[in-house]
Amino acid sequence: MSALTFTLKTEPRQRIDAAPLTAELAGKSAAEIGAVPLQTGNRQVRADELFEIEGDDAGHIVFNGPTGKLDFVGRDMTQGVIDVHGDAGSYLGMKMTGGQIVVRGSIDAYGACELKNGTIVIHGNAGDFLGASLPGNKKGMAGGVVIVKGNAGDRAGDHMRRGALLIEGNAGDYLGSRMTAGTIAVLGRTGLHIGYGMGRGTLLLARAPTDIPPTFNDCGAHTLGFIPLLLKGFADYDTVFSGMSETLKRVRRYAGDFSALGKGEILVAAGS
Amino acid sequence: MNINGVDIEATFAEAFPMKATRLIITAQNAKWARIAAETMTGFATSVIACGCEAGIERELDPSETPDGRPGVAALIFAMGGKTLAKQVETRAGQCVLTCPTTALFSGLPAGDPIALGKNLRFFGDGFQISKRIHGRRYWRIPAMDGEFLCEETTGMVKAVGGGNFLILAESQPQALAACEAAIEAMRKTPNVIMPFPGGVVRSGSKVGSKYKGLNASTNDAFCPTLKGQTQTQLGPEIESVMEIVIDGLTAEDINQAMRAGIQAACGLGPGNGIRRISAGNYGGKLGPFLFHLQEIMA
Repeated sequence: MSALTFTLKTEPRQRIDAAPLTAELAGKSAAEIGAVPLQTGNRQVRADELFEIEGDDAGHIVFNGPTGKLDFVGRDMTQGVIDVHGDAGSYLGMKMTGGQIVVRGSIDAYGACELKNGTIVIHGNAGDFLGASLPGNKKGMAGGVVIVKGNAGDRAGDHMRRGALLIEGNAGDYLGSRMTAGTIAVLGRTGLHIGYGMGRGTLLLARAPTDIPPTFNDCGAHTLGFIPLLLKGFADYDTVFSGMSETLKRVRRYAGDFSALGKGEILVAAGS
Repeated sequence: MNINGVDIEATFAEAFPMKATRLIITAQNAKWARIAAETMTGFATSVIACGCEAGIERELDPSETPDGRPGVAALIFAMGGKTLAKQVETRAGQCVLTCPTTALFSGLPAGDPIALGKNLRFFGDGFQISKRIHGRRYWRIPAMDGEFLCEETTGMVKAVGGGNFLILAESQPQALAACEAAIEAMRKTPNVIMPFPGGVVRSGSKVGSKYKGLNASTNDAFCPTLKGQTQTQLGPEIESVMEIVIDGLTAEDINQAMRAGIQAACGLGPGNGIRRISAGNYGGKLGPFLFHLQEIMA
């Protein structure tokens, strides 16, 4: 069996809803897969109108070509692997409950939004609202691990409830805003208004933010035993955080946001 | 049967089903992990009055522990699931939560979950923080020395308690020396504990008593000072008998430990006053697991 590969025939003019193309295609014949209806712009087309389709292993799906307009890649997916050889659009891995998505390029907004479980690795950058809730909803990402090798946009982890966002580059403004729980780790710089309205949860920062909001209080520097345990837990993932126990275990703890519940924390690596 | 001049009696040890779990305690260094484990497994020699039987299984290298600090693995056995859960919780709360720098983890993630930090977290008075790491839930409970990190649950499995053998010797010091040799060898076998002080019990018991309400009393047939006063099992050459009791996660684990222990005791031989190996055989009154000494040593 070879990976079920979807290669875009041309640069699409409209955005494409790629949600139907997941491991759920298993058991379908090549003809049936080619006939899967996909929404693009305001019309529905057959999958084989847009893509050259090769391979037969729906457990491993590959997207090739100018993939930047593929939205909802891996939406609601429960298992299997999706490999995007390029950029992807918005809502990547939305509400996914299992499996793995690897994007070799960057993604647009709302990646991993309302993610329940599974793993998402972004080799490029992620847009705004990574791991957040959909607009109007109050429950963001509730499990799983999201790794961003590049930078994340604004509002990463908005309304996040559980799971881990591991950002190896920089994060934008309002990191961890309105977080209910979960962990966000950032290796690079962070923007303004960090932890805005955060009720619970942990922001683990390798570099000191330019500004700690006035609604966070300094709790002093501490060596916390859970940090090595947490980071060792990422040993099976493709992330530099798994080897950073020694660098990150001693942290300065800021509790907040006291304009909200105030049981969250910003942990800043000591000496940074 | 005879090993190195020591008689192995044609008898069996009787053991009974128990429930067990393994806990891993880590601390800043091995010394404090051991202090916590010794405290937690203290006063846990026999279910007759302690509620559970517990002991240290072995020390753990930092590379073997969840948080990369030195640690100790302890096993706790009880007669039923509810008792075990209660004992684990009270002992964890009073002996590990209180001990400086410690963290507490499940050493048996499989099995039926019983509470570990699940209720201890309330000590945090609302400041406790839950972290779900690699599919397992942990609690960070703020304490005066920093934070107590404790896994939410541990796994309970079926186990076997009460495996045993008796060492019959010509004198008390010789019986004790043989027991020490046996315990040293047995501590190297996994999945077992010898819950009595130093692993050795001098007050082996029989089932029942002449007194109403006592369900165990001194094993008079093996008391050397009663040789002329009761139906004794001891020859004139025996002056002291000591027992080693083993609880294990499986009957095979007990087999392995008994073999290692009996071999080590017999290694001292009659030249050191070791004459006979027997076992606590209660005629089938005590439990369904039978450990035939001669089969184990065959």
